[in-house]
Amino acid sequence: MNREPSRARTFHASARINLMLALAGLVSSPALAQDPSPEEIGLAIAYEAAARNDGFGNFTANLTMVLRNRQGQESRRQIRFKVLEVEDDGDKSLFVFDQPRDVQGTALLTHGHLTAQDDQWLYLPALKRVKRISSSTRTGSFMGSEFSYEDMSNPEVEKYTYRYLREEPCGDLICTVNEQVPVDTKSSYSRQLVWQDKEHLRTWLVHYYDRKNSHLKTLVFAGYRQYLDRYWRAGEMTMENHLTGKSTVLNWTDLEFGTDLGDGDFSQAALRRVR
Amino acid sequence: MNPALLDRYIAAVLRYRWLVVAAATLVMLAMAAGGRFITVSNDHRILFGEDNPQLAAYDALEDTYTSSNTALIAVSPRQGNVFTRETLGVIERMTEEAWQAPYSSRVDSLTNYSHSEALGDDLIVGPLVEDAASLSDADLDRIEEIANDSIELVGRMLAEDGRVAGLAINFIPPRETHDASVVELNAYLDEMMARARAESPEIDFHITGDIVMQRAFAQATQDDLERLTPIVFFLIVAVAYLILRSISGALSMVVMILFSVGTAMGLAGWNQTVFSPVNAGVPIIVMAITVAQSVHITTMTLTAMRRGLDRMEAVAESVRVNAFPVFLASLTTVIGFLSLNASDSPPFHTLGNYVAFGVACTFVYSMSLLPALLSILPLRVKPSYAGEVTFFDRFGEFVVARRKPLLWLTTIPTLLLLAGIFRIELNDSLPNYFDERYEFRRDSDYIIENLTGLESQEYSLASPGEGGITNPEYLRQIDAFAEWCRSQPEVTYVRVFSDTMKRLNKNMHEDDPAYYRLPEDQALATQYLLLYELSLPFGMDLNDRIDISKSSTRMSVVMRDITSNEQQLLAERARGWLAENAPGLTTEATGLSVIVSHITERNIKSMLRGTVIAMALISLVLVVVFKSLRFGLLSLIPNFIPAGMSFGLWGYLVGRVGIAASVVTVVAFGIIVDDTIHFLTKYLKIRREGRSAADAVRYAFSTVGKALGTTTAVLSAGFLVFAASGFEVSWALGILVAMTIMFAFLADFLLLPPLLMAFDRRKL
Repeated sequence: MNREPSRARTFHASARINLMLALAGLVSSPALAQDPSPEEIGLAIAYEAAARNDGFGNFTANLTMVLRNRQGQESRRQIRFKVLEVEDDGDKSLFVFDQPRDVQGTALLTHGHLTAQDDQWLYLPALKRVKRISSSTRTGSFMGSEFSYEDMSNPEVEKYTYRYLREEPCGDLICTVNEQVPVDTKSSYSRQLVWQDKEHLRTWLVHYYDRKNSHLKTLVFAGYRQYLDRYWRAGEMTMENHLTGKSTVLNWTDLEFGTDLGDGDFSQAALRRVR
Repeated sequence: MNPALLDRYIAAVLRYRWLVVAAATLVMLAMAAGGRFITVSNDHRILFGEDNPQLAAYDALEDTYTSSNTALIAVSPRQGNVFTRETLGVIERMTEEAWQAPYSSRVDSLTNYSHSEALGDDLIVGPLVEDAASLSDADLDRIEEIANDSIELVGRMLAEDGRVAGLAINFIPPRETHDASVVELNAYLDEMMARARAESPEIDFHITGDIVMQRAFAQATQDDLERLTPIVFFLIVAVAYLILRSISGALSMVVMILFSVGTAMGLAGWNQTVFSPVNAGVPIIVMAITVAQSVHITTMTLTAMRRGLDRMEAVAESVRVNAFPVFLASLTTVIGFLSLNASDSPPFHTLGNYVAFGVACTFVYSMSLLPALLSILPLRVKPSYAGEVTFFDRFGEFVVARRKPLLWLTTIPTLLLLAGIFRIELNDSLPNYFDERYEFRRDSDYIIENLTGLESQEYSLASPGEGGITNPEYLRQIDAFAEWCRSQPEVTYVRVFSDTMKRLNKNMHEDDPAYYRLPEDQALATQYLLLYELSLPFGMDLNDRIDISKSSTRMSVVMRDITSNEQQLLAERARGWLAENAPGLTTEATGLSVIVSHITERNIKSMLRGTVIAMALISLVLVVVFKSLRFGLLSLIPNFIPAGMSFGLWGYLVGRVGIAASVVTVVAFGIIVDDTIHFLTKYLKIRREGRSAADAVRYAFSTVGKALGTTTAVLSAGFLVFAASGFEVSWALGILVAMTIMFAFLADFLLLPPLLMAFDRRKL
């Protein structure tokens, strides 16, 4: 979660070398013997960002979602989040809803996959049943917010194609601007522009373009902190919908890495035990 | 003005006549150069003032849910119903294309309707139709059955007889570039419709919606500005020529029109004025008034020349005699039009201000350019024989001789006409503002007849608190309210959240129809809703029906063939039902239809003050000018009554009237009072010479009779041309004002003189 791309472990060892070359020579160095193509640089950045996130194991966090409409009214959702890194496949994640009260104990389990459709189940405590969510895409609004599950989910490198565009200052940092196009034709986006700082490859800004290629939403990251001396996580993610004027802020707190979570905590059976 | 000063001024104008013409030309050209900055608006929202409470309520609703404009496309196969692979395929393809339309935020159609069903422990949510071409006959039957059973589809996305299907597109054009965006997305829709028609000749396509209306709105403005204006121009010039019988005289009118209209519209351009159908008539009204004002000076110049005066002397005399009455007439007209600023509807402010400015320009040009022109153009007249008796001389004699019967003969029809006012019904409907020459209106009528209504009342129904929309009592109440609305004869379709909850409850019980009812456990209902929302694809979410804190839902009540009054009554009944059965939900209906249904009332109320102030000011001017309270007040009678007579006649002939009604009285008042001013000025001149009222009436008829006949003909012709407009506000205003001008002419000639002779017996 938290949108640091997870690295697929299938990628070729030489990719990493290419990547280092590419990063070193980004735009500024025409001296390099053969300039990599923008697509190669873009892919390399994505792989490197994933690599730096590699091996986090698991973490838990609390999540507050604040929704705002054009009127300026606000509404809050409280969610607990757990994620488990999976070798050679997408991560497994679990949302447990605490607020609003009527959905307390409702839990959403996702088994991510590299290229195949993710599996998703929802546990309804009032019904004491687990329901599979069958929709082929999860592109709709997440709990009425401006985030879709697609926006929040852990993007596997393989789910996009990349093209490096340019570098430019972003705040006090220098960012690369990378265009990524979803491989899935059912995605609600035609492309995304991603700003990542060169030093730590943290994502600071994403522009989402809808299927008619107009700039629909903007996601801004803030409050990055480093965990385990290695993994960067943003404390705040703000999504603004330019069409409707609505916005949603996600606040991440109490991040805890290296907990005792295991595969058993991310099974359908485990959903019923969630409290 | 001091008479000696006026004489010196006139002499100077005539001596430096070429300089005057050159200076006037320079001023006009400098002003007219601004004309290129005039723009035309396509946003019907400009009709509503910023402090309009119904608009504020609607904006709040849109800000709470999602603000949007819509287009609605009806797809009707010529044969059979819509449940064929071909027709469903067309709808499916158009749904995809609609998603590509600029600024589209949501597309709802028969094919992409989010159908949900249970499959074991899974909730399957998907479009009702997917890949129509590959459907089997059994699939088609199943889809038809589902659609016909869906209370969410029938009456909106599907006609009751299954022959027409709907496709609704929501747009959110950016507020900053609204007009350009509307043009852009309409172009896209046009292309989409043209392609659909070319590819599927066996299917009919119609399109309506407020976004399409906005184009018609701009089109109507353009039509009136570009098509009606030249008609009025030639008509007025022709009438002026026929009456003046002088080519040079008519030519000077043409020049006056070009200068006044050019200056007024030029200023509008420099001020970057945005025109709409409501005020597209500015140039037309300015033209008519310009001619009406210049007729006096021109006619009298020609008359003086016929009497044998030399041209310069004739012009000088005409200006001298007319300066004051023309000034007064301009002043009262300006006051009348400026009072439009009291209107609640901003386009009327533009109308009033630029006509007022145009009239002021006309006065200035009449006192400078016109005499200079008349002294330059080759005026030729046949000298008249002394003692020749004109039509108006004979008419004056007739009125003097028959004053008593005339008083009765005019009073009775007047009273009968006034009684017609009670037959007037106020009614506004945005689609019906356009007549059938506009495709928008024809398509709207088709869709109303065959698919669904276009008027809707929107309710934001509040639950007890955050997350309260799944409260069983709340659901039961909104469901009962929706049922009540559905039972009203005017209502064709109701969109309500409780229907979604019933459907989900059924899905959660293995699609058992017995469970098509509201869930009774709040937590369960909330969790169903969460599951459903997580399953909806992009753009199909419920965010436009449910507020962010899940504390209120939006309900839409669609009506067809409903008048403003019936709409208000329905809203009132609904409020009554809520107060009695669900007091917690009590709220006002809102929506575009609701704003429009109140717009005329609001405007009449706001204009009432403006009208009273304008009339008081104009009366005051008359009292001061005639130096007599008696004459000032007497002169009001022929000016108050004509508007009433027009409304009365309208009541008998048409009955329904919209927002135009709110401004007719004051627009007409400023114009018609001019006749009275000219008539009374001449009348008083003779009376103050100590002669009888009868003599004074004869003199007034012989001096101004012809000029007043001409101005009446010109002005009523000008306003009558609005009858050719395809926009209701324009044609109703034009016809009502034209009628009022003609009634005023009759009143000034048939009612005022007998009144004067009856009441003015004292020696002055």
